[in-house]
Amino acid sequence: MSHSHPLPIARRISVIPAFTPPGRPLLEVENISVFRGERLVLDRVGFTLEAGDALLLTGPNGAGKSTLLRVLAGLHKPEGGHVLWSGVDALADRSQHAGRVAYLGHQDALKLGLTLRENLTLAARASGGNPDLCMESLNISGLADLPARMLSAGQKRRAALARVLLAQAPLWLLDEPSLGLDINTMGLLGTLFAAHRQAGGIVIATTHVPLPLPDARTHALPGLNESDIPQPLEDFPEDDLL
Amino acid sequence: MTLRIPALITAILERDLRLALRHGADTLGAVLFFILAGALFPLALGPSPELLRRMAPGIVWVCALLAALLPLDRLFGSELEDGSLDQLLMTGLPPSLIALAKMMAHWLTTGLPLLLAAGPLAIMLGMPTTSMVVLLTGLLLGTLILSLIGGMAASVVLGARRGGVLLPLLVLPLTTPALIFGAAALDAAQTGLSWGPDLELLGAFLAAALPLCPLAAGAGLRAAVE
Repeated sequence: MSHSHPLPIARRISVIPAFTPPGRPLLEVENISVFRGERLVLDRVGFTLEAGDALLLTGPNGAGKSTLLRVLAGLHKPEGGHVLWSGVDALADRSQHAGRVAYLGHQDALKLGLTLRENLTLAARASGGNPDLCMESLNISGLADLPARMLSAGQKRRAALARVLLAQAPLWLLDEPSLGLDINTMGLLGTLFAAHRQAGGIVIATTHVPLPLPDARTHALPGLNESDIPQPLEDFPEDDLL
Repeated sequence: MTLRIPALITAILERDLRLALRHGADTLGAVLFFILAGALFPLALGPSPELLRRMAPGIVWVCALLAALLPLDRLFGSELEDGSLDQLLMTGLPPSLIALAKMMAHWLTTGLPLLLAAGPLAIMLGMPTTSMVVLLTGLLLGTLILSLIGGMAASVVLGARRGGVLLPLLVLPLTTPALIFGAAALDAAQTGLSWGPDLELLGAFLAAALPLCPLAAGAGLRAAVE
């Protein structure tokens, strides 16, 4: 790999929490269940991860991969189950939990009218990180002063990944991080993942393609059973509500 | 974290103001609507100065109320659509403070320009300059109330189908007290009565809306991303 610069930044981000009770894993996910309408999307999902671990969430479309990431990020309240961060209930104070998480959604969440640098300002203010270093480690420094509307899909994805880096958070939750990335950036991503894990961070990613995460564990979500598929559309009246 | 709250609120405000400047046409839309709608009344009612002077307080207040509605459905709608709302919540700022920051941004980009345009419109309708102070003080409080209640309603209908239709139906009844007190204060000033109590009631309404609306809006934002 020809890229060498991302490591120094990752070094600076010390992510191991101040205290973790001995013998407890850093992240424990227990029996997460989520309903969407009448349908059980996640049925008692559980796993534990140690500092430095990586987990790939796989499964067919609609299996609830993105929903699980949103639950772990504290954006979606599960109907049942717990998320423990070094033994403490993480979802009890979701605003505090946000400080531990860097979340990359399906969308890049960039304001098209703002430049790349302006788009990262808020995240930089929240974490105290340096946006220039993060843009540099994703090779988008040259685009910093361009409005986001002029960027390509892959460049926008890189900007969103720069925001993940900027959050300086121990838990990375990435929804299809490779979407639209070229082969060079995939290599770069591998370096960033490795540095993050070496610093004691956790990576959880959903994916349909192989990601550069060596010895990552895989958690396969089963997806829909035939009997769970929603009823035909005539049962959902379209126009009776405002 | 507590130290970072003011910095984050300023960052959201800066970002929204920057966006408002970049999309100048959208920002000016509400003010232009305000002036145009106000200018329609003389055309429809006839140019009698006496009639217009009598109706000016009501016209200015109703037009301001309707104009402030225009940008409301984009206030949180655009944030939800492009995923920015998730990222706003992931800053760790409590949702009610995110909502408060967005309401402040709405006031700065809509309420303040309306306030600036209200003077010329009132003069155009023949309102005596002596009641201008009452008009502007009332509208200052009124536009703040509109931003608070409007922001709350916008977050409540967020993600609902046809939220844009629901929004005025929710906001307009809730803001009628402000309209009544504001227009009544102006009326009193024009007829030489005491206008103080009406403005004080307007102030009391603002004082109640200031803590309650952001709290309700914060709950709305949490529910919208679920």
